[in-house]
Amino acid sequence: MTTLLEIRNLTIGFPQDGHANTVVHGLDLTIHKGEAVALVGESGSGKSVTARSVIGLAGAAARISADRFYIDGEDVRNFKEANWRRLRGRKIGFVLQDALVSLDPLRRISQQLSDALGTRGFFVRPNLHEESVALLESVGIPDPGRRLPQYPHQLSGGLRQRALIATAIARQPSLLIADEPTTALDATVQKQILDLLAERRKAGHTLLLISHDLAVVSRLADRVLVMNNGRIVEEGPTEQILTRPQHPYTQQLLDAVPSASSKGFRLSPAAVTNSPDTQARVGTIERIRIPLPTKTIDQHNRVLSAHNLVKRYGGSGGAYAVNDVTFDLASGEALGIVGESGSGKTTVAKIVLGLVEPEQGTVLIDGKQWSNIPEAERRPRRASMQLIAQDALSSFDPRYTVEKIVGESLDSIGVFGAARRERVLEVLDAVRLSEAFLKRHPRELSGGQRQRVAIARAFAPRPRLLVADEPVSALDVSVQAQVLDLLAELQAASGTSLLFISHDLGVVHHLTDRVLVMKDGRIVEAGGVHNVFSAPRHSYTRSLLDAVPTLT
Amino acid sequence: MSVSSTTPHGHANRWRHTLAAVGAKPRIALPSLFLLLVAIATIWPQLLTAVDPIVADPLQAQLPPSVDHWFGTDHLGRDVFSRVVYGARYSILIGVSAVAIASIVGAFLGLISGLSRGIIDEAISRFLDVISSFPDLLLALVLISFTGPGTVNLIFALGVASVPRFARVVRAQTFVIAKSGYVEQAKTFGLMRNVLVIRHILPHALAQVPVLATIGMGTTIIQAAGLSFLGMGPQPPAPEWGAMLAEARNYLRVAWWIGVWPGLAITLTVISISALGKRWQLAFEGRRQS
Repeated sequence: MTTLLEIRNLTIGFPQDGHANTVVHGLDLTIHKGEAVALVGESGSGKSVTARSVIGLAGAAARISADRFYIDGEDVRNFKEANWRRLRGRKIGFVLQDALVSLDPLRRISQQLSDALGTRGFFVRPNLHEESVALLESVGIPDPGRRLPQYPHQLSGGLRQRALIATAIARQPSLLIADEPTTALDATVQKQILDLLAERRKAGHTLLLISHDLAVVSRLADRVLVMNNGRIVEEGPTEQILTRPQHPYTQQLLDAVPSASSKGFRLSPAAVTNSPDTQARVGTIERIRIPLPTKTIDQHNRVLSAHNLVKRYGGSGGAYAVNDVTFDLASGEALGIVGESGSGKTTVAKIVLGLVEPEQGTVLIDGKQWSNIPEAERRPRRASMQLIAQDALSSFDPRYTVEKIVGESLDSIGVFGAARRERVLEVLDAVRLSEAFLKRHPRELSGGQRQRVAIARAFAPRPRLLVADEPVSALDVSVQAQVLDLLAELQAASGTSLLFISHDLGVVHHLTDRVLVMKDGRIVEAGGVHNVFSAPRHSYTRSLLDAVPTLT
Repeated sequence: MSVSSTTPHGHANRWRHTLAAVGAKPRIALPSLFLLLVAIATIWPQLLTAVDPIVADPLQAQLPPSVDHWFGTDHLGRDVFSRVVYGARYSILIGVSAVAIASIVGAFLGLISGLSRGIIDEAISRFLDVISSFPDLLLALVLISFTGPGTVNLIFALGVASVPRFARVVRAQTFVIAKSGYVEQAKTFGLMRNVLVIRHILPHALAQVPVLATIGMGTTIIQAAGLSFLGMGPQPPAPEWGAMLAEARNYLRVAWWIGVWPGLAITLTVISISALGKRWQLAFEGRRQS
């Protein structure tokens, strides 16, 4: 087997003010022709910068050193920008995470492809159109002739990601690097992209896959390298990593994936640690799951009832965003709403929160009318209902400190002064943030910390109902595990009802008691989460379930 | 926050620090120093010159720069240096006041427009379109032709002419922030609308106004000088820079110094303000993006 990429003792640092700031420590990576290798780790583990160093895009500030660094037999350690340019696209294709950002919004798909295909000598390629069509066909885009003159925003998320992959493979590179190629996508679209990559792998193409999710890479990779804090902690065939992990960190990553079997148990180790002591526990791993506290559900106490909700885009006459949606939520219960983007689940959340009025139907909170009443009547009751938004950062006023952010939710119940401070400290403690965080600004927090602040804020006024709109979809699997554990613990301890909206079926299965499956504004299936997910009756639910990547 | 430290061997050291600072960041330090001089001339001109800028002495007319008259004397024998120093007061006063009017009225209209939407927004926006469809200077000239020349009228005219610039930016900002995640979140807390606007919308919507005002001030001073040159501003014998240029025009061949110094004063003041304003804007944008 020929070696395509050979790296020995790679070290990458971003020196600043005399500090080396090393982010990758002595990494070895070898990829043979025809192999699919996955580099797995959480954000900040150094996996992306490693991948970028392979195409010479680690950045001008990066200091890279290696004992050996060969790409297809060429020593690239002293490469200049011109040398790298010769390599990019031709030998190595690179697919970035976010296709919406990575494609130029002002250039048509045909133009992006012709950029990627390049010129032949001085001239434009004579059969550019045919080549572009063939390229789009090869990534499974139906009706390519219609797509070519379109702009990226006219394509759906899945098609956009395919188009991006098409630009990366335009010049038939020997190695394709995909950096979190499916992270921002719905499960069904994610599956299509993974299938596409799997097809390429079967056709003998070489692939380096970067991801934070072991479940995503499990079907695709021959070999997995687990990375933590800039080091490879474990390496081996995929099957061995998944079934017989040797390193506690790998085990931690595996446990963090929410699924049916994790229900009722914690996903993260009991203590929130970022760097488990590595040497001591190697080889002595037992899979011990720590159970979550049990919750009390009072079926007779309906906190939320929604009857026949209807909402159309752009008023009457528009397409249905929500069409005849009816459901109840009991005290202490967790209800999940799943569906792809555009299925109307966020609109349901906004109607429940009283931010959007339904055209027809009613929402009752604690048995009393909540929808279509004046805001002045709603205001005093708002404290009983809190929102955890998907993007915690944008839900914080950037000028505010954590103390003010969390404290503001106490305005409505009139808690000020010393009592407010005490409650803020109490809820911050509940989400395991120390007093030192009080004075921090949102930008100074990591993704997981931000989401924990958002949870603390939501629980602060002791709400009866919590609406969580995709609260973990922007997070790494390991951080997601911590956040889900916190949410489950606090929900059980406080008896708060939870309306949990997500496109991730694993997360919903893990966290909720009942589930609604939404498609095109309608509820197509509803019931206990075990029943619905183990014996789905609607074909749409089945297709959603098939798309979920599992650890097998 | 570090409080400026006072060390035992104070002054010499501090001067050296100041000089080092000028050497290190001349693009910030030089305009700052010049504007400091302008500020002194505005607040306390006696500190810089003991000569009266108004008193004429025909015997001393059109003397070139010398030790007695640093910038020379004009056609009526008035000391040009003294007049340039006292003239700062007019330019700065007109610039600051006109920008103050423009930014306060503009920010207010922008906020109302951005928050209300609908018919009120439409009305305000079209009104602003009408104003900005005239070139600033032309509009100011038209206004002055109604109100008559004079310092106050000049301030008013220039202020009105640059209202749209402020209103547009504030309106756009308000729109964006009213749709932001944290405003939606604050709604779910049950905050009163007024509280919500004051807490979460106002500070962000107005954040750019000081920067805009600084940059706008440079433009306004030039326009003020231009209108004064045409005789629309402070009336003679007031030592306004633009008016001085107008008077000097007839003597440019025989006594260059009468016109050159006020011209230089205008140029340097405007360049200094713009340079600092641009710096500030860059720092501001950098902070937003990081």
